[in-house]
Amino acid sequence: MNSLDPRVERLDLKKAEEGEVHTNSHLITYEVFHQEKRGKQVIHVGIVHASSPEMALILAKEQYARRGKTTNLWVVKTSDVFTFSSEDEDIFETVPEKTFRDPAFYKVRDRIEAFQKRNNLTV
Amino acid sequence: MNQEAIKDLILSTADDLLIIGHRNSEWTGIGPMLEEDLAFSSMSQDKIGQAQALYQILHDSFGAKTPDILAFQRYEKEFKSCQFVELPIGDYDFSLVRHFLFDYAQQIRFELFAKSSFQPLAQLAKKIKGEIKYHTLHADTFLKQLGNGTEESHARMQSALNYAWPFALGMFEKSDYESELISEGVFEGEDALKALWVAKITPIITAANLTVPTIDESNIVYGGRQFYHSQYLQPLLVEMTEVTQLDPSAEW
Repeated sequence: MNSLDPRVERLDLKKAEEGEVHTNSHLITYEVFHQEKRGKQVIHVGIVHASSPEMALILAKEQYARRGKTTNLWVVKTSDVFTFSSEDEDIFETVPEKTFRDPAFYKVRDRIEAFQKRNNLTV
Repeated sequence: MNQEAIKDLILSTADDLLIIGHRNSEWTGIGPMLEEDLAFSSMSQDKIGQAQALYQILHDSFGAKTPDILAFQRYEKEFKSCQFVELPIGDYDFSLVRHFLFDYAQQIRFELFAKSSFQPLAQLAKKIKGEIKYHTLHADTFLKQLGNGTEESHARMQSALNYAWPFALGMFEKSDYESELISEGVFEGEDALKALWVAKITPIITAANLTVPTIDESNIVYGGRQFYHSQYLQPLLVEMTEVTQLDPSAEW
Protein backbone atom coordinates (compact mmCIF):
# COMPACT_ATOMS: atom_id res chain seq x y z
CA MET A 1 0.00 0.00 0.00
CA ASN A 2 1.20 3.50 -0.79
CA SER A 3 1.80 5.78 2.12
CA LEU A 4 -1.00 8.24 2.80
CA ASP A 5 1.58 10.79 3.86
CA PRO A 6 2.84 12.53 0.70
CA ARG A 7 6.19 13.27 2.36
CA VAL A 8 7.00 9.64 2.95
CA GLU A 9 7.64 7.08 0.26
CA ARG A 10 7.89 3.40 1.05
CA LEU A 11 9.90 0.78 -0.67
CA ASP A 12 7.94 -1.74 -2.70
CA LEU A 13 10.08 -4.83 -2.13
CA LYS A 14 8.43 -6.88 -4.84
CA LYS A 15 9.03 -4.25 -7.51
CA ALA A 16 12.56 -3.71 -6.21
CA GLU A 17 13.28 -7.42 -6.58
CA GLU A 18 12.03 -7.23 -10.13
CA GLY A 19 14.67 -4.61 -10.75
CA GLU A 20 12.55 -1.45 -10.66
CA VAL A 21 14.50 1.55 -9.47
CA HIS A 22 12.54 3.67 -7.04
CA THR A 23 12.50 7.39 -7.66
CA ASN A 24 11.62 9.75 -4.88
CA SER A 25 8.94 12.30 -5.63
CA HIS A 26 7.84 13.61 -2.27
CA LEU A 27 7.18 17.24 -1.53
CA ILE A 28 10.05 19.66 -1.08
CA THR A 29 10.44 21.97 1.88
CA TYR A 30 10.35 25.75 2.11
CA GLU A 31 11.95 27.79 4.86
CA VAL A 32 9.50 30.18 6.49
CA PHE A 33 10.33 33.67 7.76
CA HIS A 34 7.96 35.68 9.92
CA GLN A 35 7.66 39.47 10.16
CA GLU A 36 5.87 40.88 13.14
CA LYS A 37 5.63 44.52 12.09
CA ARG A 38 6.15 46.41 8.87
CA GLY A 39 9.82 47.44 8.69
CA LYS A 40 10.99 44.95 11.31
CA GLN A 41 13.34 42.13 10.39
CA VAL A 42 11.91 38.84 9.15
CA ILE A 43 12.88 35.97 11.41
CA HIS A 44 13.26 32.33 10.46
CA VAL A 45 10.59 30.26 12.19
CA GLY A 46 10.65 26.82 10.56
CA ILE A 47 9.69 24.90 7.44
CA VAL A 48 6.65 23.72 5.52
CA HIS A 49 6.30 20.94 2.97
CA ALA A 50 4.73 22.23 -0.24
CA SER A 51 4.54 21.70 -3.97
CA SER A 52 4.87 25.36 -4.99
CA PRO A 53 5.76 28.73 -3.46
CA GLU A 54 2.05 29.68 -3.40
CA MET A 55 1.17 26.49 -1.56
CA ALA A 56 4.07 27.09 0.84
CA LEU A 57 2.75 30.56 1.68
CA ILE A 58 -0.83 29.50 2.34
CA LEU A 59 0.31 26.59 4.49
CA ALA A 60 2.87 28.73 6.33
CA LYS A 61 0.14 31.21 7.20
CA GLU A 62 -1.71 28.71 9.38
CA GLN A 63 1.48 27.03 10.66
CA TYR A 64 3.30 30.14 11.79
CA ALA A 65 0.96 33.14 11.78
CA ARG A 66 -2.05 31.76 13.59
CA ARG A 67 -1.28 33.34 16.88
CA GLY A 68 0.30 36.68 17.68
CA LYS A 69 0.82 39.66 15.43
CA THR A 70 1.97 39.09 11.87
CA THR A 71 2.40 41.56 9.07
CA ASN A 72 3.96 39.29 6.45
CA LEU A 73 5.63 35.96 5.75
CA TRP A 74 8.44 34.97 3.41
CA VAL A 75 9.01 31.51 2.01
CA VAL A 76 12.25 30.39 0.38
CA LYS A 77 12.98 27.00 -1.12
CA THR A 78 15.24 25.12 1.28
CA SER A 79 17.42 24.14 -1.67
CA ASP A 80 18.05 27.84 -2.39
CA VAL A 81 19.71 28.36 0.97
CA PHE A 82 23.50 28.66 0.65
CA THR A 83 25.47 27.81 3.73
CA PHE A 84 28.81 26.66 5.17
CA SER A 85 29.58 23.02 5.61
CA SER A 86 29.01 21.81 9.14
CA GLU A 87 32.63 20.60 9.21
CA ASP A 88 33.73 24.21 8.94
CA GLU A 89 32.08 25.32 12.13
CA ASP A 90 35.56 26.06 13.48
CA ILE A 91 35.80 29.17 11.36
CA PHE A 92 33.42 30.83 13.78
CA GLU A 93 35.55 30.16 16.82
CA THR A 94 36.99 33.31 18.37
CA VAL A 95 40.67 33.13 19.12
CA PRO A 96 41.17 33.84 22.88
CA GLU A 97 43.80 36.55 22.20
CA LYS A 98 41.22 38.61 20.30
CA THR A 99 39.13 39.45 23.35
CA PHE A 100 39.62 43.12 22.45
CA ARG A 101 36.77 42.55 19.98
CA ASP A 102 34.47 41.87 22.87
CA PRO A 103 32.89 44.98 24.41
CA ALA A 104 33.37 43.44 27.87
CA PHE A 105 37.15 43.60 27.28
CA TYR A 106 37.20 47.31 28.04
CA LYS A 107 36.99 47.87 31.77
CA VAL A 108 35.87 51.46 31.65
CA ARG A 109 33.18 51.39 34.33
CA ASP A 110 35.55 52.63 37.06
CA ARG A 111 36.73 55.53 34.93
CA ILE A 112 33.15 56.55 34.08
CA GLU A 113 32.18 56.51 37.73
CA ALA A 114 35.24 58.58 38.67
CA PHE A 115 34.34 61.12 35.98
CA GLN A 116 30.73 61.34 37.21
CA LYS A 117 31.88 61.83 40.80
CA ARG A 118 34.33 64.50 39.81
CA ASN A 119 31.61 66.44 37.95
CA ASN A 120 28.81 65.81 40.46
CA LEU A 121 26.79 63.79 37.94
CA THR A 122 24.39 61.08 38.95
CA VAL A 123 23.29 58.19 36.80
CA MET B 1 -37.04 47.46 8.62
CA ASN B 2 -38.67 44.05 8.39
CA GLN B 3 -37.20 42.22 11.36
CA GLU B 4 -38.41 38.77 10.32
CA ALA B 5 -36.66 39.18 6.98
CA ILE B 6 -33.34 40.14 8.56
CA LYS B 7 -33.56 37.37 11.16
CA ASP B 8 -34.23 34.84 8.43
CA LEU B 9 -31.26 36.00 6.37
CA ILE B 10 -28.87 35.94 9.33
CA LEU B 11 -30.06 32.54 10.53
CA SER B 12 -29.61 30.93 7.09
CA THR B 13 -26.13 32.39 6.76
CA ALA B 14 -25.12 31.38 10.28
CA ASP B 15 -26.49 27.84 9.95
CA ASP B 16 -24.58 27.32 6.69
CA LEU B 17 -21.37 28.40 8.43
CA LEU B 18 -21.94 26.31 11.53
CA ILE B 19 -22.71 23.14 9.59
CA ILE B 20 -19.86 23.45 7.08
CA GLY B 21 -17.53 24.40 9.94
CA HIS B 22 -18.46 21.22 11.76
CA ARG B 23 -18.19 19.11 8.60
CA ASN B 24 -14.76 20.44 7.68
CA SER B 25 -13.53 19.92 11.24
CA GLU B 26 -14.06 16.19 10.66
CA TRP B 27 -10.74 16.29 8.78
CA THR B 28 -8.86 17.24 11.93
CA GLY B 29 -6.23 14.61 12.57
CA ILE B 30 -6.80 12.75 9.30
CA GLY B 31 -5.94 15.49 6.79
CA PRO B 32 -3.76 14.58 3.81
CA MET B 33 -0.63 16.09 5.37
CA LEU B 34 0.22 17.81 8.63
CA GLU B 35 0.36 21.36 7.28
CA GLU B 36 -2.94 21.04 5.43
CA ASP B 37 -4.58 19.29 8.36
CA LEU B 38 -3.79 22.33 10.47
CA ALA B 39 -4.86 24.87 7.83
CA PHE B 40 -8.17 23.14 7.09
CA SER B 41 -8.96 22.68 10.78
CA SER B 42 -8.16 26.29 11.48
CA MET B 43 -10.46 27.49 8.70
CA SER B 44 -13.29 25.32 10.00
CA GLN B 45 -12.80 26.93 13.39
CA ASP B 46 -13.01 30.36 11.70
CA LYS B 47 -16.34 29.37 10.16
CA ILE B 48 -17.79 28.34 13.50
CA GLY B 49 -16.57 31.66 14.91
CA GLN B 50 -18.30 33.53 12.09
CA ALA B 51 -21.51 31.59 12.79
CA GLN B 52 -21.20 32.51 16.45
CA ALA B 53 -20.86 36.21 15.57
CA LEU B 54 -24.05 36.02 13.50
CA TYR B 55 -25.98 34.22 16.26
CA GLN B 56 -24.73 36.92 18.61
CA ILE B 57 -26.33 39.57 16.35
CA LEU B 58 -29.63 37.65 16.53
CA HIS B 59 -29.31 37.60 20.31
CA ASP B 60 -28.31 41.27 20.70
CA SER B 61 -30.58 42.85 18.08
CA PHE B 62 -33.65 40.61 18.14
CA GLY B 63 -33.67 38.97 21.56
CA ALA B 64 -32.99 35.47 20.22
CA LYS B 65 -31.50 32.84 22.52
CA THR B 66 -27.75 32.83 23.14
CA PRO B 67 -25.34 31.56 20.43
CA ASP B 68 -24.67 28.37 22.40
CA ILE B 69 -28.37 27.53 22.57
CA LEU B 70 -28.95 28.40 18.93
CA ALA B 71 -26.05 26.21 17.86
CA PHE B 72 -26.46 23.23 20.15
CA GLN B 73 -30.08 23.07 21.26
CA ARG B 74 -32.22 23.20 18.16
CA TYR B 75 -33.99 20.42 16.27
CA GLU B 76 -33.12 19.50 12.72
CA LYS B 77 -36.38 21.09 11.51
CA GLU B 78 -35.27 24.44 12.95
CA PHE B 79 -32.08 24.65 10.88
CA LYS B 80 -32.04 26.78 7.74
CA SER B 81 -28.76 25.52 6.29
CA CYS B 82 -28.68 24.46 2.65
CA GLN B 83 -28.25 20.77 1.86
CA PHE B 84 -24.84 21.40 0.25
CA VAL B 85 -23.14 21.95 3.62
CA GLU B 86 -24.72 18.84 5.15
CA LEU B 87 -23.15 16.38 2.72
CA PRO B 88 -20.51 14.11 4.26
CA ILE B 89 -16.88 15.11 3.76
CA GLY B 90 -16.31 12.33 1.20
CA ASP B 91 -12.79 12.17 -0.20
CA TYR B 92 -10.52 15.18 0.02
CA ASP B 93 -11.32 16.15 -3.57
CA PHE B 94 -14.98 16.72 -2.67
CA SER B 95 -14.16 18.59 0.53
CA LEU B 96 -11.81 20.89 -1.38
CA VAL B 97 -14.30 21.52 -4.16
CA ARG B 98 -17.06 22.29 -1.63
CA HIS B 99 -14.65 24.59 0.22
CA PHE B 100 -13.95 26.38 -3.07
CA LEU B 101 -17.60 26.74 -4.13
CA PHE B 102 -18.92 27.61 -0.68
CA ASP B 103 -16.20 30.04 0.32
CA TYR B 104 -16.43 32.14 -2.83
CA ALA B 105 -20.21 32.36 -2.33
CA GLN B 106 -19.59 33.34 1.27
CA GLN B 107 -17.00 35.94 0.30
CA ILE B 108 -19.38 37.64 -2.14
CA ARG B 109 -22.31 37.33 0.27
CA PHE B 110 -20.32 39.21 2.91
CA GLU B 111 -19.14 41.79 0.36
CA LEU B 112 -22.83 42.50 -0.24
CA PHE B 113 -23.49 42.47 3.52
CA ALA B 114 -20.79 45.13 3.91
CA LYS B 115 -23.15 47.49 2.03
CA SER B 116 -26.20 46.44 4.08
CA SER B 117 -28.58 48.97 5.58
CA PHE B 118 -28.59 46.75 8.68
CA GLN B 119 -25.50 48.07 10.47
CA PRO B 120 -24.53 45.09 12.67
CA LEU B 121 -24.31 42.93 9.55
CA ALA B 122 -22.29 45.53 7.64
CA GLN B 123 -19.86 45.86 10.56
CA LEU B 124 -19.37 42.12 10.91
CA ALA B 125 -18.75 41.81 7.16
CA LYS B 126 -15.92 44.34 7.36
CA LYS B 127 -14.44 42.61 10.39
CA ILE B 128 -14.16 39.14 8.84
CA LYS B 129 -13.09 40.26 5.36
CA GLY B 130 -9.45 39.23 5.82
CA GLU B 131 -10.34 35.84 7.26
CA ILE B 132 -12.51 34.99 4.25
CA LYS B 133 -9.86 36.32 1.87
CA TYR B 134 -7.46 33.69 3.16
CA HIS B 135 -10.06 30.95 2.86
CA THR B 136 -10.69 31.68 -0.82
CA LEU B 137 -6.96 32.02 -1.52
CA HIS B 138 -6.43 28.60 0.05
CA ALA B 139 -9.28 27.07 -1.98
CA ASP B 140 -8.10 28.74 -5.16
CA THR B 141 -4.53 27.49 -4.78
CA PHE B 142 -5.61 23.90 -4.19
CA LEU B 143 -8.11 23.91 -7.05
CA LYS B 144 -5.50 25.15 -9.52
CA GLN B 145 -2.82 22.83 -8.19
CA LEU B 146 -4.94 19.69 -8.38
CA GLY B 147 -6.88 20.64 -11.51
CA ASN B 148 -3.58 21.07 -13.33
CA GLY B 149 -1.85 18.21 -11.51
CA THR B 150 -1.79 14.58 -12.57
CA GLU B 151 -4.39 12.81 -14.68
CA GLU B 152 -5.85 11.32 -11.51
CA SER B 153 -6.01 14.58 -9.56
CA HIS B 154 -7.62 16.32 -12.53
CA ALA B 155 -10.23 13.58 -12.97
CA ARG B 156 -11.01 13.56 -9.27
CA MET B 157 -11.49 17.32 -9.13
CA GLN B 158 -13.73 17.37 -12.19
CA SER B 159 -15.86 14.54 -10.90
CA ALA B 160 -16.17 16.18 -7.46
CA LEU B 161 -17.16 19.43 -9.18
CA ASN B 162 -19.84 17.66 -11.24
CA TYR B 163 -21.22 16.00 -8.12
CA ALA B 164 -21.16 19.19 -6.04
CA TRP B 165 -22.68 21.54 -8.62
CA PRO B 166 -26.46 20.87 -8.20
CA PHE B 167 -26.03 21.11 -4.42
CA ALA B 168 -23.87 24.24 -4.67
CA LEU B 169 -26.55 26.07 -6.67
CA GLY B 170 -28.92 25.23 -3.81
CA MET B 171 -26.96 27.75 -1.70
CA PHE B 172 -28.87 30.47 -3.54
CA GLU B 173 -32.36 29.27 -2.55
CA LYS B 174 -34.48 32.35 -1.95
CA SER B 175 -36.14 33.06 1.34
CA ASP B 176 -39.76 34.15 1.66
CA TYR B 177 -38.54 37.68 2.35
CA GLU B 178 -36.37 38.14 -0.73
CA SER B 179 -38.21 41.21 -2.08
CA GLU B 180 -38.27 42.96 1.33
CA LEU B 181 -34.55 42.37 1.84
CA ILE B 182 -33.81 43.89 -1.56
CA SER B 183 -36.17 46.86 -1.29
CA GLU B 184 -34.97 47.76 2.20
CA GLY B 185 -31.31 47.59 1.16
CA VAL B 186 -30.46 44.81 3.59
CA PHE B 187 -29.13 42.43 0.94
CA GLU B 188 -29.08 42.54 -2.85
CA GLY B 189 -30.64 39.09 -3.05
CA GLU B 190 -29.77 35.53 -4.00
CA ASP B 191 -30.06 36.08 -7.76
CA ALA B 192 -27.55 38.95 -7.67
CA LEU B 193 -25.25 36.88 -5.46
CA LYS B 194 -25.45 33.86 -7.73
CA ALA B 195 -24.63 35.93 -10.84
CA LEU B 196 -21.60 37.50 -9.13
CA TRP B 197 -20.47 34.07 -7.89
CA VAL B 198 -20.66 32.45 -11.34
CA ALA B 199 -18.74 35.38 -12.85
CA LYS B 200 -16.08 35.10 -10.13
CA ILE B 201 -15.48 31.36 -10.10
CA THR B 202 -15.77 30.61 -13.83
CA PRO B 203 -12.32 31.99 -14.77
CA ILE B 204 -10.73 30.24 -11.77
CA ILE B 205 -12.28 26.90 -12.70
CA THR B 206 -11.07 27.41 -16.27
CA ALA B 207 -7.57 28.27 -15.05
CA ALA B 208 -7.64 25.02 -13.10
CA ASN B 209 -8.21 23.26 -16.42
CA LEU B 210 -11.66 22.19 -15.23
CA THR B 211 -15.09 22.63 -16.82
CA VAL B 212 -18.02 24.42 -15.24
CA PRO B 213 -20.84 21.84 -15.20
CA THR B 214 -24.08 22.66 -16.96
CA ILE B 215 -27.23 21.29 -15.40
CA ASP B 216 -30.94 21.69 -15.78
CA GLU B 217 -32.54 24.12 -13.30
CA SER B 218 -34.80 21.31 -12.12
CA ASN B 219 -31.80 19.39 -10.79
CA ILE B 220 -30.77 22.08 -8.31
CA VAL B 221 -31.05 20.76 -4.76
CA TYR B 222 -33.17 23.22 -2.79
CA GLY B 223 -35.04 22.73 0.46
CA GLY B 224 -32.70 23.66 3.31
CA ARG B 225 -34.04 27.19 3.73
CA GLN B 226 -37.54 25.67 4.14
CA PHE B 227 -36.27 23.18 6.75
CA TYR B 228 -36.14 20.23 4.33
CA HIS B 229 -32.86 18.50 4.94
CA SER B 230 -31.01 15.50 3.61
CA GLN B 231 -30.53 12.30 5.60
CA TYR B 232 -27.10 13.64 6.66
CA LEU B 233 -28.06 16.57 8.88
CA GLN B 234 -29.64 14.71 11.80
CA PRO B 235 -26.63 12.40 12.46
CA LEU B 236 -24.35 15.45 12.24
CA LEU B 237 -26.43 17.29 14.86
CA VAL B 238 -26.40 14.25 17.15
CA GLU B 239 -22.61 14.16 17.00
CA MET B 240 -22.16 17.92 17.27
CA THR B 241 -24.38 18.22 20.34
CA GLU B 242 -23.20 15.06 22.08
CA VAL B 243 -21.34 16.91 24.82
CA THR B 244 -24.00 19.59 25.34
CA GLN B 245 -26.64 16.88 25.69
CA LEU B 246 -24.83 15.40 28.70
CA ASP B 247 -25.95 18.48 30.62
CA PRO B 248 -27.70 21.16 28.58
CA SER B 249 -27.76 23.55 31.54
CA ALA B 250 -24.01 23.41 32.23
CA GLU B 251 -22.10 26.70 32.33
CA TRP B 252 -19.07 26.84 30.02
